Parts: sequence; C-alpha cells; structure tokens
Amino acid sequence: MMTNLLKKTLLLALLLVPALARASLEIVITEGIDSARPVAILPFSFNGTTRPNENLAEIVSADLMRSGKFSPLASIKMPQRPAKASEIDYAAWAREGVEAIVMGQINEIGIDRYTVSFELIDVLKGNSGPSSQMLNAGKLVTSNEHVLDSRETTINGSQFRQYAHRISDIVYEKLTGERGAFLTKIAYVLVRPDNEFPYQLVVADYDGVNEQILLRSKEPLMSPSWSPDGTKLAYVTFERRQAQIFIQDIYSGRRTVVSTFPGINGAPVWSPDGESLALVLSRDGNPEIYTLNIATKALRRITNQRAIDTEPNWSPDGKELVFSSDRGGNPQLYSVNLATGTTRRLTFEGEMNLAGAYTPDGSTIVMVNRTQGQYHIAKMDRQSRFLQVLTKTNLDESPSIAPNGSMIIYSTMHGSSQVLALVSMDGRFKARLPAIDGQVKSPAWSPFL
Amino acid sequence: MNLNKVLKALLVAVPVMTLAACSSTSSTSADDARTSEAAEQVTETVQVETAEPVVSPAEQMRQKLEALRQENTIYFDFDRATVRPEFVEVLEAHGTFLRANPSVRVTIEGHSDERGTPEYNIALGERRAQAVVSYLQNLGVSAGQLSTVSYGEEKPVDRSRTETGFAKNRRAVLVY
Repeated sequence: MMTNLLKKTLLLALLLVPALARASLEIVITEGIDSARPVAILPFSFNGTTRPNENLAEIVSADLMRSGKFSPLASIKMPQRPAKASEIDYAAWAREGVEAIVMGQINEIGIDRYTVSFELIDVLKGNSGPSSQMLNAGKLVTSNEHVLDSRETTINGSQFRQYAHRISDIVYEKLTGERGAFLTKIAYVLVRPDNEFPYQLVVADYDGVNEQILLRSKEPLMSPSWSPDGTKLAYVTFERRQAQIFIQDIYSGRRTVVSTFPGINGAPVWSPDGESLALVLSRDGNPEIYTLNIATKALRRITNQRAIDTEPNWSPDGKELVFSSDRGGNPQLYSVNLATGTTRRLTFEGEMNLAGAYTPDGSTIVMVNRTQGQYHIAKMDRQSRFLQVLTKTNLDESPSIAPNGSMIIYSTMHGSSQVLALVSMDGRFKARLPAIDGQVKSPAWSPFL
Repeated sequence: MNLNKVLKALLVAVPVMTLAACSSTSSTSADDARTSEAAEQVTETVQVETAEPVVSPAEQMRQKLEALRQENTIYFDFDRATVRPEFVEVLEAHGTFLRANPSVRVTIEGHSDERGTPEYNIALGERRAQAVVSYLQNLGVSAGQLSTVSYGEEKPVDRSRTETGFAKNRRAVLVY
C-alpha cells in the first residue's frame, strides 16, 4: 500500500513537471489514492507545425488525480496507443481495470489557432460491443452509447491550460454526476517575514498555477473573501496600522475601502446575492456581527452580546448566518436567522468549534474543532448533528469549501511551515500544497468561474 | 534562570524608580518641577542656566520614555485576557508617566498565539489590548491618550509553534 502510494506520488510529480516552473505550490497526496477509480487520459494527437506549450493530457490527468476520485493510468501501463476510437481494444483496457478513456486531437488551423476535439469513452460499454449495430424500429443503426461525451472547440495558444481544466470538468461531471471545480481559483495570503513587503495577497488557479500577487503590504493582510461573480475580493488590511476592510477588483486592481470603524473591522464574507458583506465590528466595545449593504453602506447589527461574536458565514440561501461565539464560555458555533433573529447553538462536542461554513447544499457545516488541545477540520451533519473529524494535521485553520462541495482547502502546519492542505468532504483523500518559500494562510476557494 | 529574574527585576525597578522621582515633583505641577530642577543646577554650572529649563524636561521625558519602551510588553495565559499580578508594576509605571504627560498618546497592540482561528484570535487580541486600556484608565489615564489595535496571530514574535513560542506571542505591547 505504501509503495503504491509512493508510486502514485512519483507519477503525479512527473505529471506536474512541466507546471513546476510557474507553480510555487506543488501538491503532495498524503492519503486516500487507493479508493480512486482508474481512468486513462491518452496523449492528444497533434496535426500542425507549432506545438502548443501545454500538454492537455497531463493537465487533465493531474486534475482528475487531485480530485481524489480518479487514478489516471500511467503512460507506461497503457496497453495500446489507439489513434481513433474505432481502434480501441476494449478488452485490453478493461484488463487494466480502466473504466473510462479520454482521447482527442489538436489541429493547428492557422496562426495561433487550434481546433481541439476529444471523446470520453466508457470502456465497459465499449467492451460489450462498441458501435454495435442493432435493430431500432426495424432499421439497422449504429449505437454510440459508449461515447459518454464528445466536444470540439477552437482556441488560441494561450487558452490550452484553461481548456484542459474545462475537459476535466466535463469528464468529472459525466463520471460522478457532480459538477467539476477545476476551472476555479484560490486566493490566499503569503507571508515572507524577511521580505520588504512581508504580506502578500495572492490569487492562483485552484492547482497553484498562474500565481498572481494582487497586493504587497508591510502590514498584515487577512481574510480574503470572493464576490459571488468571482471578480472581486474583500479582505482586511492593517496598512494604516488599524484594521480596515477593502474590496479589490481582481482584474482592474481598483481598491475601495468599505469599513474603517474604530477597533476590529474583520472577517468580511460576501452574501450569496453579492449585495452585502457580513463582517465583524467592535466599534461598540466588543466584537459583533453586522451586515453591510455595499451599495447603500447601510449597516445592520445582527448580534448583541458581551461575548466575542465572530467568523460569520452565509447559508447558501442567504437567510441565515453561522458564527462563532464564546457566550457559553468556550467558543462554539451558533446560527442566526436574519429575518427573525432566532439564534441557536449548533455545536456541543469538543472544547471549541470555530470558523463554521455551510457546504453548497446547506446540509453540512464544516468547522475547526478543538479536541484534547488538537485543532482539526471537522464537519457536522445539520440534521443528525453527527460530528466527524476529517483531518489529522496540526493547527488546522481557515477551512474553505470548493464550490461543488467536494473538497475543503485549509491552512495547517507541515514541519515548521504554514502550508495549505486539501481534504475531501468524506475525509478519505488528503493532500498538501507546500509553498516553496514562505508561510501560506487564509485560503479562499473561488466560486465557479 | 536566576540571572533572568534579576534582569527582569531591574527592568521593572528602573522605570519605577525614575517614575518615583518624577511623581514626587509632579505632585505639584510640571512648571514647579522645572524651576526647582533648574535652581539645583544653578549652583553647579552658571553658564547653562538659561538653556537648561527648556532642554531638561524634554530630555527627562525622553529618558523615561526610553525606560518605558524597554518594558512595554505584558504576557497573558492561553485564551485569557486577564492582567497577571506580575505585570501590575509595569502598567503602573506606564500609567504614572501617561498621567504626568497628558499630551502623550500610546497605542496598545493586542496579540495572540497561533492556535485557534485568525478571526477568533483578532477578537482575543483586542480583549487583551482592552484589558490594558481598562487598567490604565483605572490608574487615571485619560481615554483620549489610549488607542488599541489587535493583530491577533498575524505578528508573532516567535514562529516556533512551541509552548514557549506561544507564551511569547500571547501579549499586549504599549507602543509610544
């Protein structure tokens, strides 16, 4: 099992070699690869003279492996290299345990113009008779039931990586029934204590590639939160030696200050309709949850307690907030209905529960749980209240859920470094994204882009 | 360990002594303090008599500030914001100085260790800063001289993530 894991890790490392030059986060799968479903991503054939810089098959393979649900077959284990679907020896692939094959081609059709086509083929259905002729209403027809999907599109040379993630999304959705989240980004804070600007707000593709620094600061940056349309980030900055909340447009760089009250201006989280921020202000003496209408600047106070109330997060329907409060002695999670003000305590297990977040379907709350002094990512089913600890890493914080609800990204310790890590919602798949240089914290997974 | 204690005792004692000297004169008024001091110096050096009354209080304040800056951090227990008895003297030294110099403003930074979540730690850091503010206000320092900022776990002084490191990071710092 260990050697198997090692092999898979090596394979992944090999798959990622071309990406390393631009990626400062490199994934290391730490647990759960054995339960993944075998698939094969064949190298795309190329007709033309100028090869694209990106290798589509490698990117798709890495995506599917990183989802924790698939185990792409290594190139050397592939029983054949069919040029088109009709040449597939289904029995040979079935013997390798492969349940689906992705194959495709790239045609150069002009200067920096390419047509990319691909097919997703079900090996089991193909094995029972590919393109079999059958009688349908008295006519002999060709069945294409084994082709689960096929697409063709025209792109330019700079769009290959993005289109590879699109292929991954299609394959993932066809094979799992759940929308893929490969065309998403993560925002995070990078801390390099020896740098002239030690605090950096960074956005990258979900796999760590195409890292872009949006802001460098001499003072701390905290709590990035995505607008639901994926074009803006709200975050906390201490550049004026006091906490302020800014909204920054990712593409234009335009920054606007939205909250600069005395005391804490913290934990901004965008409402699902994009109109408001939930945030924390201590202008009345202690931290309370507020909502702020971004356009009208109207502030509404939601909590009123002498305790710490913080870390608001919206329910998917925008009608409720989950938040942390130590009103009961130790910090635990509570929910508040925004229409009625009804407040309920949600968590009772563990010494502390913090940083609650709803899954996209609203059924589950993900949190940081402290039990016997250990901080781990946990989830709780809202109906049964069953609490399950998902991680075994050290000092876990800042969980953020993928928009399809499949995976949680969070910040944790690896050795003496703060790094980002992934855990699947069922806790079976675990991976680490170590930074090559610096401490990485406060990850925020973007909405579908 | 022992040397450390002696050093600590000295660090506490030095500002307290300076302030003790200061408070005996300031019990009247700042102006009186200046004249009496200048008068003492007249007997020693006649030439600098006119310059001294201006320079000396400023220099005196600078020295006091310097001493206070040496001992400007107080530490807290895990998840607590209560001022421990061992830091009472430090805060009293700062309080006496601030009361004597109502134009001086100080920012109290609140910090936490890296356990727990960044947002909760911001709240905890603020509680610690406010505990110091309340303490100083009870000593008679005016609210207008005091401001707070909480950095939570964002500015640790020790990044080792050990118990010793955590203890160094759970702190409030008085920044002049």
